[in-house]
This record gives sequence, structure tokens and C-alpha cells, in this order.
Amino acid sequence: MNEFVERRLTLQWHEPKRSYDVVIIGGGGHGLATAYYLAARHGIANVAVLEARYIGSGNSGRNTTIIRANYGIPEAVRFYQHSLDLYRTLEAELGCWFMHSTKGLVWLAHTEPAMRAERARCLLNIACGVETVMITPQEASELCPQLDLSGGGRYPVLGASYHPGAATARHDRVVWAYAQGAMRQGVHVLQNTEVIGLLRDGARVTGVETSAGPISAGVVLSAVGGNVSRIAAYADVRLPIRTHPLHAFVTNEYAQAFAPILSDTELLCYVSQTARGEIVIGAEYERQPSYSLQSSFSFLQSCAAKATHLLPFLRDLRILRQWAGICDISADFSPIMGETGVDGFLVTTGWGTWGFKAIPAGGEQMAELIATGRTPALLDPFGLGRFATDHAMADQGSTGTR
Amino acid sequence: MLWITCPTCGRRPVEEYGFGGELRGVPERITDPVERDVDYAWMYDNLHGITSERWFHQAGCRRWLTLRRDTTTDTVV
Repeated sequence: MNEFVERRLTLQWHEPKRSYDVVIIGGGGHGLATAYYLAARHGIANVAVLEARYIGSGNSGRNTTIIRANYGIPEAVRFYQHSLDLYRTLEAELGCWFMHSTKGLVWLAHTEPAMRAERARCLLNIACGVETVMITPQEASELCPQLDLSGGGRYPVLGASYHPGAATARHDRVVWAYAQGAMRQGVHVLQNTEVIGLLRDGARVTGVETSAGPISAGVVLSAVGGNVSRIAAYADVRLPIRTHPLHAFVTNEYAQAFAPILSDTELLCYVSQTARGEIVIGAEYERQPSYSLQSSFSFLQSCAAKATHLLPFLRDLRILRQWAGICDISADFSPIMGETGVDGFLVTTGWGTWGFKAIPAGGEQMAELIATGRTPALLDPFGLGRFATDHAMADQGSTGTR
Repeated sequence: MLWITCPTCGRRPVEEYGFGGELRGVPERITDPVERDVDYAWMYDNLHGITSERWFHQAGCRRWLTLRRDTTTDTVV
């Protein structure tokens, strides 16, 4: 039985009702995880997840599937470590195999400033209880024998930080596992249902206007990736977010094992191997904001050049496909989760290039916020209100962007 | 890929340019001066459509230019 047959057997789709306790806009990882935890942990199953196309069609199915917690500010380290821990036991909890595999992440440094940045990352991570250690080029070479330590003569490896807890998982399977978990509890997942407006009662948000008619809701959560500024504008909420495309590509199968995940701030690329043996390579997001999903040859050229500097074996592989996703990059490079100042309207957004790893923690914590009305400690630093008080969670360095 | 026409240097690839951000204002409906400051400092329009923005021709004449770009397709209009 292949995975597609298996999927058809397990999911029971629903007809939309006119009213739900909670309506979640966006059928990606964060939306479905929030729905799952609302039903499983808090007994709130009268929930609908609205997806404009099909579940996982957005960034949940376009990312490069890396799960890690080696972030640069304590609040983020705690949050992502919690997510990493949840991922470890998630396959058992959901009863669904999504090829989670702990690989370790080697973050290379080619210059002294980069070495300092990596050392600072290690110190901060250890202080927060996350294992990240400095390793020598020789140790990096033992972890990843394919690595050219001279970096093609241009980018010599001076050292690296090693984060053994990092993992990868099959991204669309995570989405489907959460969808299955949520639907078994009675959550409605409505595909091909686009939100075209919000129902308002004075300032309060009381539901959503969809392509299939209005649906009223006690709470509306926007878990949208890409179009969140448009959704928020329906509620007159302004967000510190710009949407940038990010490109990635995948090669054909590499028969030998490529053990760790390789990441590099100076070259702005990250490399890992999928369960099928293909090598996935991602890059920096584009500087100018846009909603275009068109990937380009110039990206392929520059990214492939960078990756082959470090990993000469990539020259012998062929590129199977390339794609782009659109990332909501927040002004301080940290997510924005929680209340918006408008009654009945919450957001989980600003997931930029770091959303996939945060799916379990983001979903769990947002569900707790919706169910109890109190902001959990892990979410508290990431509220939208932080910008008004100038408490930005600046964390650009650890997102693999520049 | 995006190509931008510089008034001095002609049509050049986007790699030569630095993105300077969109020309933005604060919505009229925000009247509180403090809220206007917060909006100006942090918030973006993030328009799905045509925006006016500043670009800097870094690897060329090193002058600023203003152009209109469609963010839906990432093309200059």
C-alpha cells in the first residue's frame, strides 16, 4: 500500500456547519496542530480548519524539514526545545509514522566572526539546557566525511557548532498526521474553502466569510502562511510582517548516507538528506517581498555553486525539482503568537523560515491559549504587543538568514 | 528573475541592487500619536499587488531610485 492509498483510507471529510466554537484559518501544520491539541488536550472538538486549497499545500509542504533548537535568545531556545521534545514522541502520540529521524546539525563557520557567533550560540544554548557544542574541522569531517574542509579553497572550515538533537521529518506527513489526529476527534477540516473576509460585530470578530458562505465562530485564529497581512487587515490589525519568497531544490538519490544536517550562515545554505536519499538544499529568502511562487535559474545557479563548494559530491547529482515558498518574515525574526487586540481574533504567524520545527509547540501552546484564555509562559514573549513596548525578540542570526 | 531599469545604467539584474523598502504611510484611521509611531516604526503594508518602493543601485551608479513593483508576480510595472 503506498502512502496515497493509505491517506485515502484514513481521512473522513466533513460538510461545513454554519457555526463552530473555534475556526482556524489555514490548513497547514500550525493550524491543524492547534486543532488537534484543542480536541485532544482540552476537549474542544467543535473546531473547523479552513484551507483555501488542500492541506499542506502552503509552506508546510515547501520547507526543508529541519527541526532544531539552537536559537540565539533564551525565549526562543526554550520554545524550540519544547517543540523538539514534542516531535520525538509525536509519531507514537499520533499513531502515524512521518520518518522523524534525529541526525544532528553541523553549523559551519568560515571566518573568525562566524566562529565567535557559533561560540556565543553554544554558550547560550548550554545555559538554556540545549546541547550545542563547538567542534573542530576534523570532528566535523568525521561527522560528515563528504565535507570539503577547504571549502573549495574559498570557504575553509575553521570550526562548527554541533547540535546533536536536530532532526528531520517528512513535512507533508506531519501535516496529514495532525489532520488525521484532529479529524478522529471530530474536528472538521474544510479544503478548498477560502476565507474572503471576517464577520465583525462592532470591533469584535464573530466569524469568517468564506467562498462557501459565512461561518460564525467564538474564536477565529489565523494560522495562515503567506497571506496573513490580508487576513489581519479584515480585522483592521496591522502586522510587522513582510512576505518574502524562499527557494529550495532537491537532487536525485544519493546512495550513500549523508548523515548530519549541514548549515552555513555565511554561505546561506543548508543541506540535508531525505528518507528517500535525495539531498534537499535550501537558501536565503529573497530580499524583496513578493508573493510569487516562481523559482528561478539564477537561484539554482548561485545556491548550487555555494553548496558544491562545501560538498563536492553534489556535482555528480542531478537536480530533480526546485520550488519556492512564501515566508512571513517578522520585523524581529521571531514568531508572533497570541492575541491581536481585537476580541475573538488571534494570530499565529511570523513563522518565516522557522515554522516547521515549531509546529508541535506552536499548536500546543496556541490551543492552551484558546482553551484557557491565559497566555502560556512559553508564548508570552512572542505576543504582538511586544512591538508597542519595544521588547523585540531580535533573533536574526539564528534563523540562517542575513 | 527581477530586472530593474536604472535611470543612469539601464536594465540591470536585481543582484546589483539593494532593497530599500516600500514607501509607506500610517493608515488615517490610527489617530493616537503613540500608536502612529508604533505603526510607523514596526508595521508593514505587505501589499498583495502594486507597491512603490526604493532601491539602491549598489553595484552600479550608487544612486537611489523609486519604482513600482507587482508583488504578486515580482515584476516591475
